[in-house]
Amino acid sequence: MTGTATLRRRSLLVAAAATGGGLSLGFGIPAGPARATQVREINAWVVIHPDDRVVIRIARSEMGQGSLTGLAQLVAEELECDWSKVTTEYPTPGQNVARSRVWRNFSTGGSRGIRESHQYVREGGAAARMMLIQAAAAEWKVPASECVAANSTITHTPSGRTTTYGKVAVAAASLEPPKDIKLKDIKDWKIAGKPVKRLDTLDKLTGKQIYGSDLRLPGMLTATIKACPVHGGKLKSFDAAKVESMPGVRRVLAVDGNAVAVVGDNYWAVHTALQALPVVWDEGPNARVSSDTIAAMLREGLDAEQAFIGNKAGDAKAAIAGAVKKVEAVYSYPYQNHATMEPMNATALYTREKCEVWCPTQNGEAALAATAEAAELPVAQCEVHKLLLGGGFGRRGRSDYVRQAVLIAKQMPGTPVKLVWSREEDMVQCQFHPVTQCKLTGGLDAQGNLTGLHVRISGQSILASLLPQNLQDGKDPVVFQGFNPGGAESAFGYNIPNLLIDHAMRNPHVTAGFWRGVNTNHNAIYMECFIDELAHAAGQDPLEFRRRLLKPKHLAVLNAAAEKAGYGKAPPGRFHGLAQIMGFGSYVAGCAEVSVSSSGKLTIHRIVGATDCGVAVNPAQIDRQVAGSFVYGLSAALYGECTVKNGAIEQTNFDSYNVLRMDEMPEVESVIIPSGGFWGGVGEPTIAVAAPAVLNAIFAATGKRIRSLPLAKHDLKSA
Amino acid sequence: MVALNVNGKSYDVNVDPETPLLWVLRDTIGLTGTKYGCGIAQCGACTVHLDGEAMRACIVPVSEAANRKITTIEGLAENGVLSKVQQVWLDHDVPQCGYCQSGMIMAATALLKSTPKPTDEDINAAMTNICRCGTYQQVRAAIHAAAKA
Repeated sequence: MTGTATLRRRSLLVAAAATGGGLSLGFGIPAGPARATQVREINAWVVIHPDDRVVIRIARSEMGQGSLTGLAQLVAEELECDWSKVTTEYPTPGQNVARSRVWRNFSTGGSRGIRESHQYVREGGAAARMMLIQAAAAEWKVPASECVAANSTITHTPSGRTTTYGKVAVAAASLEPPKDIKLKDIKDWKIAGKPVKRLDTLDKLTGKQIYGSDLRLPGMLTATIKACPVHGGKLKSFDAAKVESMPGVRRVLAVDGNAVAVVGDNYWAVHTALQALPVVWDEGPNARVSSDTIAAMLREGLDAEQAFIGNKAGDAKAAIAGAVKKVEAVYSYPYQNHATMEPMNATALYTREKCEVWCPTQNGEAALAATAEAAELPVAQCEVHKLLLGGGFGRRGRSDYVRQAVLIAKQMPGTPVKLVWSREEDMVQCQFHPVTQCKLTGGLDAQGNLTGLHVRISGQSILASLLPQNLQDGKDPVVFQGFNPGGAESAFGYNIPNLLIDHAMRNPHVTAGFWRGVNTNHNAIYMECFIDELAHAAGQDPLEFRRRLLKPKHLAVLNAAAEKAGYGKAPPGRFHGLAQIMGFGSYVAGCAEVSVSSSGKLTIHRIVGATDCGVAVNPAQIDRQVAGSFVYGLSAALYGECTVKNGAIEQTNFDSYNVLRMDEMPEVESVIIPSGGFWGGVGEPTIAVAAPAVLNAIFAATGKRIRSLPLAKHDLKSA
Repeated sequence: MVALNVNGKSYDVNVDPETPLLWVLRDTIGLTGTKYGCGIAQCGACTVHLDGEAMRACIVPVSEAANRKITTIEGLAENGVLSKVQQVWLDHDVPQCGYCQSGMIMAATALLKSTPKPTDEDINAAMTNICRCGTYQQVRAAIHAAAKA
């Protein structure tokens, strides 16, 4: 990301390290529509330089998912600018507040980056184009209707006169924005909809890219922190004298009543001191909780009387009771950590008048609110500068690490402090993928038709953990992702005459949170594996069984995946498994091709993903999101489990929390079938089909039903 | 004092000789392209070259790197021209978040030096770096492209 010229009020030049390095970085600290000479903000989204360079403002955070490029494509498409001259920049959350939220929502989660802002960012690009044309027309004293724009050049068609955006930007910037904006027909797109390369690659290849943990400010100190490993526990005492004289250590501080931080000259100094620091915790009653007690708590919910209903049709219990054949199974899904490659970090500079934070965040406005709350200053006296994220996956939507950085900096006014978590802290103080169990009961008639289905989910609610104010009379509607009766977000795909999907909420003390794919991850396993079980019980092929039940759009992606994979025609020794779901506004399906050796070694040779996201903004980046989603979902399926002992998470690093690597990476093929008429997300939905497609393929290969994760715990050896 | 040679430049650093090379590069010298991911040589985000060999800088005490040729991601491009591996990474649009890619590129560069035409098995054995975004397929394609270039 480059080009902060227009936003820059004053520059904070970052000192290069004393011994070399030569790294410098300017940060804009904007407080209003500051404008450098000749560089013009046409509107909130578009800035034009005299040499025709175009800066497109992006409100959503980039964390690898590529929406920075996709959003820029949408603006550029309507702007009719030269794509080779486009760069991007983040407006700040503080500036959004100061300008009446002109950039609207900064929050980047739920695969919403493009699907929920495409309309207004395209209108921003179109409005800027109209103003630039208007300015040229006024200069030529001709009607704007006789002028057209393409590739950053405006042409007066009758006379053939031309000018460029850079030449008319100053005049355009002073015009009134147009009221009637007509967007282009998608079939006329030239930049959007095309597989253009990402705009943010080069600096990631040379070491130049600055992530949050790379930030260096003049006079900055570094901190690292340890919070009570048992969530809900408190800091009782610590013996600072034991480490204060260690080299490079400046301060040892209590933070928020539940954590202790060491502040000093560099990371290794503070990390070493924190490890040596004697700390006593008040762990509280949660210290008695273990994975076994949590499992028992959830098991009780499987048959509990009371549950929140998410989807209901007919009378499922009666239909199942009267069925010729009854099928029942219990599944479970463990806690998992996002494990972003870059551990949590934030840098804060506090004075009595102002608090500034530099951080990687998925939610700039929430980070700003957390800054103001922790600093006890009005929002107008706070600012957050967003830096590139070394992975997000939902973890960086929460601002706990921002709050900690501010609380540390507040104890050292005038000194910038960069808080960097260790991997060990990151593994333990996560907001984990929620833990659930699920009992599914289905009834088949004599012809093998599914006449009734009851899906009882028991387990943790993310909203209860993070956003209890969003519960609806105690019910967490997000629990039913992929199970909703209808709607544009996450609708259940099967037509089943008698259906009941309900949730017995059981909340252990371990903090749950939004983890890429969220509740679709376990819901897809429960439903798609159980449908396979039902097909098997009915003596039918799993694809044919689904075809009779699925709604058209759900079926279309399943058919596309099955066709591309050559379903039913697997090479000798290999087996196929299917799964589908609607999530985050898109329809997705997967077909996995696996083999299992006689010694039980699983090989996932190939996995095909089909996506109907309505409108495809950048097919190349969608392909990458599909491949990345399979890696994330397969990592979870193969290895992802965080266990609880004495109230604390046991896995502390990648040696005990393994993930999929190159040697296990299947060949991924992506089929994009955008059916039009809606805008769905692509960053998350495919994750959900990874595990059930593989689990169903394993059943096809071995006859073994795996109903709990991770797979690494199961013996796949032939009986 | 430890004498280091990083990307052809000499540095005398006044640090505890047990300090991992990673933190000397990042905090003392200011070369932040080498990343911290795990601190226990699991993820490979901190991969650098010591005398041309890929090493995980998070577990190399700085004293062991003294008087050896250290190359970091910042040292691959020459006079602003990307190295062959960096160029194929650009051509294949490999990175997503990019945080692991310094280590990926350093590991791939070392692999291609020792094995100019690596098979998929060679790649699997050498490229044990973790990428949570899931760029493995692009990484593999880029390495094969570099081998052909």
